[in-house]
Amino acid sequence: MKTMRAEERSQVAEPSDTGAPGRERARPRDDRRAAWLFLIPALTGFVVFFGYPTVRGFWYSLTDYNLLSAPAFVGGDNYAQLVRDPQFWHSLAVTVYYVVLNIGSQMLLALVLAALMHRLTRSVMLRAMLLLPWLVPNVTVGLIWIWLLDADLGFVNHLLKALDLGTVGFFVSPDWAMPTIAMVNTWAYTGYTALLLYAGMLQIPGHLYESAALDGAGELRMFRSITLPMLRPVLALVLVVSLIGSFQIFDTVAVASKGSGAGSAIRVIYYFIYQQAFQYFHMGYASAAALALALVLGVLTVVQMRLLRASRSDLA
Amino acid sequence: MRRNSKIGRLPAWAILAVALVLTLFPFYWMVRTALTPAADLYADSGALFPRHPTTVNFLRILGLTSQEEARAAGGSGARLDFARYLLNSVVYSGLIATLQTFFCAMAGYAFARLRFPGREVVFGVMIAALMVPPIFTLLPNFVLVKNLDLVGTFAGMVAPTILMTPFAVFFLRQFFLSIPREVEEAARLDGNGPWGVFWRIVLPMSRGPLITIGLTTTVWAWKDYLWPLLVGREEQTRVLTVALGVFLQQSPNTRPDWTGLMAGSTLSVLPVLLLLVFLGRRLVQSLNFSGIK
Repeated sequence: MKTMRAEERSQVAEPSDTGAPGRERARPRDDRRAAWLFLIPALTGFVVFFGYPTVRGFWYSLTDYNLLSAPAFVGGDNYAQLVRDPQFWHSLAVTVYYVVLNIGSQMLLALVLAALMHRLTRSVMLRAMLLLPWLVPNVTVGLIWIWLLDADLGFVNHLLKALDLGTVGFFVSPDWAMPTIAMVNTWAYTGYTALLLYAGMLQIPGHLYESAALDGAGELRMFRSITLPMLRPVLALVLVVSLIGSFQIFDTVAVASKGSGAGSAIRVIYYFIYQQAFQYFHMGYASAAALALALVLGVLTVVQMRLLRASRSDLA
Repeated sequence: MRRNSKIGRLPAWAILAVALVLTLFPFYWMVRTALTPAADLYADSGALFPRHPTTVNFLRILGLTSQEEARAAGGSGARLDFARYLLNSVVYSGLIATLQTFFCAMAGYAFARLRFPGREVVFGVMIAALMVPPIFTLLPNFVLVKNLDLVGTFAGMVAPTILMTPFAVFFLRQFFLSIPREVEEAARLDGNGPWGVFWRIVLPMSRGPLITIGLTTTVWAWKDYLWPLLVGREEQTRVLTVALGVFLQQSPNTRPDWTGLMAGSTLSVLPVLLLLVFLGRRLVQSLNFSGIK
């Protein structure tokens, strides 16, 4: 059905794509029947669970909808309310606070780790072990650290006590909770980020280091003058990908929120949307907030795609 | 100056060693706690080894002890069936990873090699969906699954991701484009139709990228929390991540059941540890290009 309309256009568009040498083929093959069969599963999934809900999401954001009665159109009311909602702005601010702490520490540590590995070892074993925290569910990561950092029985506070430093309520104190969660996720993602950067470093031609060494350059100098500038495209890409992920923090906060006193100090935007939708059943309002988050992430994704195009040769 | 001397490298190795210890110690502590009797939790709070190591925490969360034994060992008395949750998690991530990879390979191949009208438009629209963050489609998808009466079923849990994700289609198409056309042309001349070429030639040639997508999808589904929480919270579909969250809230008194929770956490780590042991090289190397995700 959908095939019909696009038909005419394709005659023009066809030869330009994929850039393969098609000259020796006199009559272009047409696999239309096979192609649509190949596409049925993915296209169904796409239309039903990506396309349709995207349109529905826009629609919900213009309605008052509590999941029980049908959505009632309210125009831009949800957005007007959102702009005036201090809780929304607070959740945005908390999220940005988290992102800055998390990305800052994570990128820095990952860069150091990657550079050290790059100059010292090619060990797959070491890389595999550094990757382990990333492979584990965030819920598990949260649990392990809530227990390690428990105010009374946690191992870390046990150490602090032994060192006479007093105990810290890492997850329960509103001041500590967000930095703690940022630290926990830095633990979970640094190894992964380091491996991405490391993969980028492997693309740098080794002879650059050899000749620099002959010229008497030290490791720090080589890092500054060779590694960093050569890695820039990869670094930028990894940074943006990490940012996108970091803005969507939820699981750790959800686990930490169970029975912790930190409350609004860790209510990130994703959690705000979750609460509006599934605790208060303000589906329309939640959709409007989700769209706001989508805008932020959309901008970052556009940047990511630009970078991807610019650095494809380095990565793939 | 003496950059190649062993002494100069010592601090660098030391930093790596510290990073490794910091990475692995929390896992050690998890296992240690899981092997500690609940009664010793306070006395052992700083001990590197439990004084009375026990497997009772694993047995009781797997539902292998009686209720009285479980309560005596620090449980809340609520029924726990982590064997089932573990199985559910394996089914959930296994189903999604296998079928999504396969369907996305089919679509990616169609976009890379088959000629049909509208190809670039359809592909472009699919790629545009990469810009829509999951949370935006999650709300309407929940409504949809709820209206289809699929909440509490595996079908509802896997529905949104089992058929495709735009990234997997994009990634596999990129790889298929890099396969030399001559190989496929030869297979066509041998009398293979598009499906024959795809099934007999292209798929076997693409083991690496297929495993890469399969593995990253497995890991993604294994870690997934919010969607299974919304759609599959019930006992018979509950996956490990959801079960751990529920377990945390079932705290008997004021304090969570840490020995049980750490035993449950260990169960959620073990399978990925196995993955790392058997497919570690593959997994580590797959990051070279899948990192663009």
